[in-house]
Amino acid sequence: MVTDPVPLQLAAELFPNGISRYAIGGLFVGLGTVVIYLGTGIPAGASTFLESTLSYVSGQSRFQQYVSSRDWRLVFTLGIILGALAFAATFQSGMITSSLYQPGTTGELYEVGGLTLWSTDVQPWRLLVGGFFVGIGTRIGKGCTSGHGVCGVGSASKTSITGVITFMIVAILTAQIVAALGVSP
Amino acid sequence: MSDRHPLFMPLILVGGLIFGFGLGFSHMARPEVVLNFLQFEDFGLVFVMFGAAIVTGVTFFLAPRLLGRAPLTGDQFERRLKSFDRNVLIGGSIFGVGWGLSGICPGAAYASIGIGNVTILWALAGMFAGAYVQGLWRSRQAATETAGAGAD
Repeated sequence: MVTDPVPLQLAAELFPNGISRYAIGGLFVGLGTVVIYLGTGIPAGASTFLESTLSYVSGQSRFQQYVSSRDWRLVFTLGIILGALAFAATFQSGMITSSLYQPGTTGELYEVGGLTLWSTDVQPWRLLVGGFFVGIGTRIGKGCTSGHGVCGVGSASKTSITGVITFMIVAILTAQIVAALGVSP
Repeated sequence: MSDRHPLFMPLILVGGLIFGFGLGFSHMARPEVVLNFLQFEDFGLVFVMFGAAIVTGVTFFLAPRLLGRAPLTGDQFERRLKSFDRNVLIGGSIFGVGWGLSGICPGAAYASIGIGNVTILWALAGMFAGAYVQGLWRSRQAATETAGAGAD
């Protein structure tokens, strides 16, 4: 038997699910951002939606500064949900298959009216507490994985690159510690 | 705003659709896959973030040079530049703790609803609560600063 060349072996170890679904998904994420940018000049991020939507129910000054953008941020978020639903109806449901898309084995699939949906196994308390920190952190830190990570890095912004390095390192440490403590999933 | 271009909202929606489809396709809407990256079990996330950043990077570089103003708003094309201060490090660290604990970030959480992940509502509730708490605190802080300056 011929052994795989070293690069292929490395790829199999570092990328057990291949690379194509990640790279193609990333190109789509970038493309969505580009469509909005070319039409409007807005480098859109996802986390400001939290504060801008809170401006509907709270009069606090911190939220009111986003009143002028809250309606389109709502539409952007609705688009994200529907875009992911379109993915669920096609690739996730097996209606479209491609060698470039590798389905995963995580979480649980379930069917609703011919639609294959997916649900996480990650425990609710992790999502709730983690979400709480995410909500505080992205807003104090001026951005999240899309604002800093995609638009900011794409802008070669030193602030964003520093932000990404910061949250990457802390997230890796946190995830490793949580896993070492035996919390799974 | 009433003077917005009629295609403004439809374009935002289309952009969001493509963005959300990409998050679904790349499996970033699945917290497990993000956690696998953070535990060094699957490095695919790097391709998502840098794949997306390269696409925006080329556009953000070329658009200001080749195009005049954005057709739907008349705004000038600019890069996304935020001022650097301690908050970027503090906030980034807090976000990192949350991301590492849950495997969820804002955009991916919205997309997660679209792929049927009802459990993600816990994360969304947490995010809104966190954003509310910091907003409350910072609004008070801003109010005190203004009052303090007025008293001088």
